[in-house]
Amino acid sequence: MFRNVVIRLQQGHRTIGFPKGEPTMLDRFRGRPVVDQSKCPARCRDCAEACPTDAIRIDTKGLRLDLGRCLFCTDCVEACPEQAIRYTQDFRLAARKRDDLILGGEGLKLADALDKKTRRLFGRSLKLRQVSAGGCNGCEADVNVLSTVVFDLGRFGIQMVASPRHADGLLITGPVTENMRMALKKAYDAVPAPRIVIAVGACAIAGGPYINHPEQHNGADNVVPVDLYIPGCPPHPLTILDGLLRLLGRLEDASSRK
Amino acid sequence: MTLPLHNGELLNRAKIPHQNVTDFRQQVIARVHDGARVAGLFGLPGNGSAPVLAVLANGASGMLELVGTEISGEYPSLTPDVPQVHWFEREIAEQCGVTPQGHPWLKPVRFAKSLRHGHDAWRLAADDQPLIGVASFYRVEGEEVHEVAVGPVHAGVIEPGHFRFQCHGEDVLHLEISLGYQHRGVERALLGGPDKRTIHYMETLAGDTTVGHAIAYCQAIEALAGCKPPARAQVLRGIALELERLANHTGDLGALAGDVGYLPTQSFCGRLRGDFLNMTALVCGSRFGRGLVRPGGTGIDVDETRIGQLRERLEQALRDVTGAVNLLWNTSSVRGRFERTGALTAETARETGLVGVPARACGLEQDVRHEFPSGIYQFVQIPVSTYHTGDVFARAYVRWLEIQRSMAFVDEQLNALPAGPVRTTVGPLAKDAAVVALVEGWRGEICHVAMTDKTGRFARYKVVDPSFHNWFGLALALRNQQISDFPLCNKSFNLSYCGHDL
Repeated sequence: MFRNVVIRLQQGHRTIGFPKGEPTMLDRFRGRPVVDQSKCPARCRDCAEACPTDAIRIDTKGLRLDLGRCLFCTDCVEACPEQAIRYTQDFRLAARKRDDLILGGEGLKLADALDKKTRRLFGRSLKLRQVSAGGCNGCEADVNVLSTVVFDLGRFGIQMVASPRHADGLLITGPVTENMRMALKKAYDAVPAPRIVIAVGACAIAGGPYINHPEQHNGADNVVPVDLYIPGCPPHPLTILDGLLRLLGRLEDASSRK
Repeated sequence: MTLPLHNGELLNRAKIPHQNVTDFRQQVIARVHDGARVAGLFGLPGNGSAPVLAVLANGASGMLELVGTEISGEYPSLTPDVPQVHWFEREIAEQCGVTPQGHPWLKPVRFAKSLRHGHDAWRLAADDQPLIGVASFYRVEGEEVHEVAVGPVHAGVIEPGHFRFQCHGEDVLHLEISLGYQHRGVERALLGGPDKRTIHYMETLAGDTTVGHAIAYCQAIEALAGCKPPARAQVLRGIALELERLANHTGDLGALAGDVGYLPTQSFCGRLRGDFLNMTALVCGSRFGRGLVRPGGTGIDVDETRIGQLRERLEQALRDVTGAVNLLWNTSSVRGRFERTGALTAETARETGLVGVPARACGLEQDVRHEFPSGIYQFVQIPVSTYHTGDVFARAYVRWLEIQRSMAFVDEQLNALPAGPVRTTVGPLAKDAAVVALVEGWRGEICHVAMTDKTGRFARYKVVDPSFHNWFGLALALRNQQISDFPLCNKSFNLSYCGHDL
């Protein structure tokens, strides 16, 4: 017992200050990408061709980057002859609509909070059932991390529960494999209404690296309606936490940030 | 006759001996009898008969052996003679549509479409696939015997799989594990590669083993392209691989503590796992090492300041992990649950072909870093960590031994990072060539086999995640255990669903 207390003191206090304080991200962290289109040489398509998931589209309207498809790899950055693409440290990426994830001329439209009525229900207590439906277990790992002392999801009244019947919504990872489609549908149907659905990671948003494979369904919203999209491969735990809090209207800065 | 080769050695496909099925079977049986393990046994997509290839690993001599055959329709199953190939033979039946006759439990492993159009061991129509989970399950009959079915959706934040327990009261008589829910068609998509997606497939075969699988892939590509990554890159890869091991082993020890209700170590290790992931992120920007390992070397370099920061973090983590983990061994209620739970014998481990921590926890001295070293491990030895009891305690304790040795390795290598570039250019791949690449990932032996066609594209890219060998070991560990010990046993293996399902 004495030893336990000594070790406990040694381990220290580890819960991060977010959302009250601004977290410091590691310098090489790849957050929201930005493209300086003024640097793009005419007719250059190098980044679009290098992108493994065809997240970059170039047409008459210019260059558009689909954050939902983006793996946050560096293939486009390395392919660009003019260093027009770079990753920022901004970990805030969650959006309410699929189209909001497509970055064109304007900045990213971050997720709005749920409507007032739903927020009254879930704002201070949100129980989620996680369904893993394909993918690589990377997103699951960084969702799990939210329950550690570092992020301490419980302090926001958010909890992962064991049954869809105990849940207010689903948190889905993976592209939804054909082999998981029915199980996901059944889990969704088992959640009592009103319910929300959160798609976490490139797979659950658009199929990720497996996009257009016949063995999967290119993301959760092809099987169930989705209320919140959290991009990344996998998203940083802070990106997920930020998305959840934004949805619940628990961030003061919800509309002020771009 | 078999073809001997080293880990990562380039060879001409024409040199792989192809024998008739009878001789092929005899070769495999004889080699396994002499102490070799089956690292891989798989079919190639093609028309006509299906070429099948066996990769045998002989730890004592440090050599691999290849032998092949052609199978059309049916062949006498190897499983009755070599039990460790039972899962491989099910996979061959599923992917190539050939039937191993006399296989004791022939059913799909992933419930996926065949890789050979129109050839299907289940006699389905050409474009059909077997319905997931719909198959006969092993069943114990009798009064007071009941069946517990779990999954695919589990209670925790965890991947999907289906488990059927045959129970008598609280005691588990038999557990059958049925997977395939994570099947997303990676091996099929790899055919005709490499292309711009290939490295990303490799990094997501099992997300928690990004570095391990990426190194195996790069070793294969580098052999096929005839290039050698610079020394600095080799060391960086080793550091990344051990950081991956540190993060996962630490996380597992925390989770094991959680499964017996010992919260201090659970919460300390949960945080410490993140600290190791953040060390990888300090190196490359991604907690899972995405973008770190690239064909020809590494995608990033580290300067002196970064090395200093890493060493500082490592030193702090070593102190904290030591404190957190030693609590486990000093707490009798924890040891009471760990000891004698889910025990396997060395003989069972050997016969069923277990790899990694579960094998070493039975006393088998099996470790790719030691037996088939490649990269930095050719120059730096990491002692093999074993324990002899084969139970949950042994699997936990081996992890702790490995944590200490990986820490020492990373610390030493950060001090001795050779100067120079981190990446070399990779040319076109050799045509009609093959290579076997083995890496000791944190779960155990990762085996990649790349075979190119006459244009230098992948005619087959076989991935064997360590979980493929070990899932059956978990089923055996549960025999005659209380069903309430399942989470504990499961966590002590901590196998990958996606790495298995591909």
